Amino acid sequence: MKKKMFFAGSGGQGALTIGQMIAKAGMDEGNEVTWLPSYGPEMRGGTANCTVIISDKRISCPLINEADVLVVMNLPSLRKFESMVVPGGMIFINSSIVPETSTRTDVKIIEIPANDKAAEIGNPRAANIVMLGAILAETGCCKKETVKHQIEKMFSGRKEKFLPGNIAALELYCK
Amino acid sequence: MKTVFEPTVGMLPVDTSYCPGCTHGIAHRLIMEVLEEKGELGNTMGVVPIGCSINAHNFMNIDMCESTHGRAPAIASGIRRIHPDRIVFTYQGDGDLASIGAGEIIHAAHRGEKFTTFFINNGIYGMTGGQMAPTTLIGARTTTCVDGRTVEQAGLPLRMCEIISQIDCAVFVERVVLNNPANVRKAKAVIRKAIEIQKAGLGFTFVEILSSCPTNWGLTPVDSLKYVSEDVMDYYPVKNFKTPEGF
Amino acid sequence: MSKVLMMGNEAFAEAAIRAGCNCYFGYPITPQNEVPEYMSHELHKAGGSFIQAESELAAVNMAYGAAAAGGRVFISTSSPGFALMQEGLGFICSCEVPIVAMNVSRGGPGVGGIQPGQADYFQVTRGGYNGDVKIPVFAPANIQESVDLIYEAFDIAEKYRNPVVIFADGMLGQMMEPVEFPPAKPIKGSDEISKDVPWAITGTDHHEGRNVVFSLRLQPDVLENHVLHMFEKYAEAEKELVRYKNINVEDAEIVFVAFGTMARICVEACELLEEKGVKAGVIRPISLWPFPNAAFDAITDKTKIVISTELSMGQMIEDVRTAVAGRWPVSLISRTGGIVPTSIEVMERALKALEEVK
Repeated sequence: MKKKMFFAGSGGQGALTIGQMIAKAGMDEGNEVTWLPSYGPEMRGGTANCTVIISDKRISCPLINEADVLVVMNLPSLRKFESMVVPGGMIFINSSIVPETSTRTDVKIIEIPANDKAAEIGNPRAANIVMLGAILAETGCCKKETVKHQIEKMFSGRKEKFLPGNIAALELYCK
Repeated sequence: MKTVFEPTVGMLPVDTSYCPGCTHGIAHRLIMEVLEEKGELGNTMGVVPIGCSINAHNFMNIDMCESTHGRAPAIASGIRRIHPDRIVFTYQGDGDLASIGAGEIIHAAHRGEKFTTFFINNGIYGMTGGQMAPTTLIGARTTTCVDGRTVEQAGLPLRMCEIISQIDCAVFVERVVLNNPANVRKAKAVIRKAIEIQKAGLGFTFVEILSSCPTNWGLTPVDSLKYVSEDVMDYYPVKNFKTPEGF
Repeated sequence: MSKVLMMGNEAFAEAAIRAGCNCYFGYPITPQNEVPEYMSHELHKAGGSFIQAESELAAVNMAYGAAAAGGRVFISTSSPGFALMQEGLGFICSCEVPIVAMNVSRGGPGVGGIQPGQADYFQVTRGGYNGDVKIPVFAPANIQESVDLIYEAFDIAEKYRNPVVIFADGMLGQMMEPVEFPPAKPIKGSDEISKDVPWAITGTDHHEGRNVVFSLRLQPDVLENHVLHMFEKYAEAEKELVRYKNINVEDAEIVFVAFGTMARICVEACELLEEKGVKAGVIRPISLWPFPNAAFDAITDKTKIVISTELSMGQMIEDVRTAVAGRWPVSLISRTGGIVPTSIEVMERALKALEEVK
């Protein structure tokens, strides 16, 4: 098993965070993982992206030539990266923000109105977690329980009040 | 028989390599006498600069390390982190401190580093053979301003005490001079105070010592002291700029 | 101790803390800012000290002061900052003071860019130091290896009383991988250091005799003897510190020589070449000085070409040519300016290079 995933959005949309959460869940489930971000000024207001590889074998190269799964949180990311998905792969599109769909016909397109859904459940900042739930449900890259456990750790102590909203966001598309 | 003078054990029993009439030897001895009197000789680490006093570790009988040119305040900051309860000082000339090391001295003062800097100001590069320093007086002849320093060419001399005393965490700043026995005694009292304030952990302490360089000034030792007393002290007032309360 | 997912830069810092590092001094420069940031909030918890220095010049000299006083010291920077530290590092070699310095390098020259680069190969292995100086340099290829090398580097530095450089690129600094940390060594205090480091300046009350740390030797014969003494140490280091990893070199037609991130790309390029029916292997130098010449003895007459693969215009290739010593043709695959080639690009260029020698 080797899953190559690419997450892109504008800075602050949480694309890097969900990539990191998936990488951590992959590790917690006993796999080899790498998380490789774009870095530099483009992170500040521009596009931010990261590559995640989950594998049951040692990962030689953290860079990818093609992705099994692409997650885009904004339109420029869709246009820039849709060509890197392998035929038969998946593209997750945040349809609340992206007004168009992919030009690709050989991949599975999953449109998730992440911001609208997050707002509906009263946690507008958790759009990326809504998307994360959808990714877990569709790809099976890691188990929901592993990620849920991670979220429980992230929102413990003083931050505990944010926990129910994030769990609700995660479970919107991942029952 | 009554002993009226004994050399400090803080100085090694060797001849210094300094020129006749140079006041480095006096400055060395004053610092070592103070440390001996305070019982701190064996508890002190000194940083020597690039300049004539690079060999100070051959004369001062304490643990010392050499510095890259101008960086003694950074080095002393590092030493202080390892031995926060011991005494640390830098001994720096004017080329070292006011020119190449201007950044490090400002930031050591800015951080309120708890060490003492002894700044030997003789207005010239001695070791390299008499070039202009940032502290060279207007009109003074050096090998890089043979007709005398001019404002047009090199600006006006830098007054380090005046600059350092503007920095809030520099808690003790004073300029002294070694031009006569009375002033040498006063300088020793100031050095003592600086060490006491360091020991109290109050912040950065800075003592500028107006010195002479007969060899590179092209003057006799006596005329050099006269030049210090008249011209140098006129531009660089000998005074206390800052003392913490209680000292 | 279980694995944690950690960013390279933070893991580098944590490894130094685990190694009992007393002090860290740093100045902000991308892509290694997470090292000083992590140190600023973690080092004091372990009993160490952090200073945000006013410049890299100050940082390396603070490091010298703290190490001359007997402390375990870590500094980090990126390429242009490392250029600024060179005077200090050469001086520290002559003063025989141990420190560990990390270069998380980026594209050059000049201010250059901030994306990964390896064009500091000459800078770290030859250096801009004046005088005869050698500094052991280790180039890890993943975060776990970085952690293990940093942890060990303090012991190596102390054994040889010389700086040791860890050379990673921006990609290793910024990426995350699972990592397991070695046990934390206690950070020693002033009195313990005074007892344990007999040559350090700690105050004459605290050790035998009087200690002076210096580099100035005005008499040529005295200076020559000092340099010869340093080179006795370097000769031992050349025997003891050689590290490398050979991957499928024995039956390879193409042998890549690559370190750090570039080596990982080459391993994947080998898999792509295998799909095309071409056997390829990788020599991965881990110690860049001393350069692992012995690794090349594993190459057989099946090999048609040795390719130095670098994120620079070809710097390591000089050491590769020396190691190969005319036994096989040597060529270069390079990208620079912060561009990291894909494994496909490396595979295609390697096939072309193979064609040319066939």
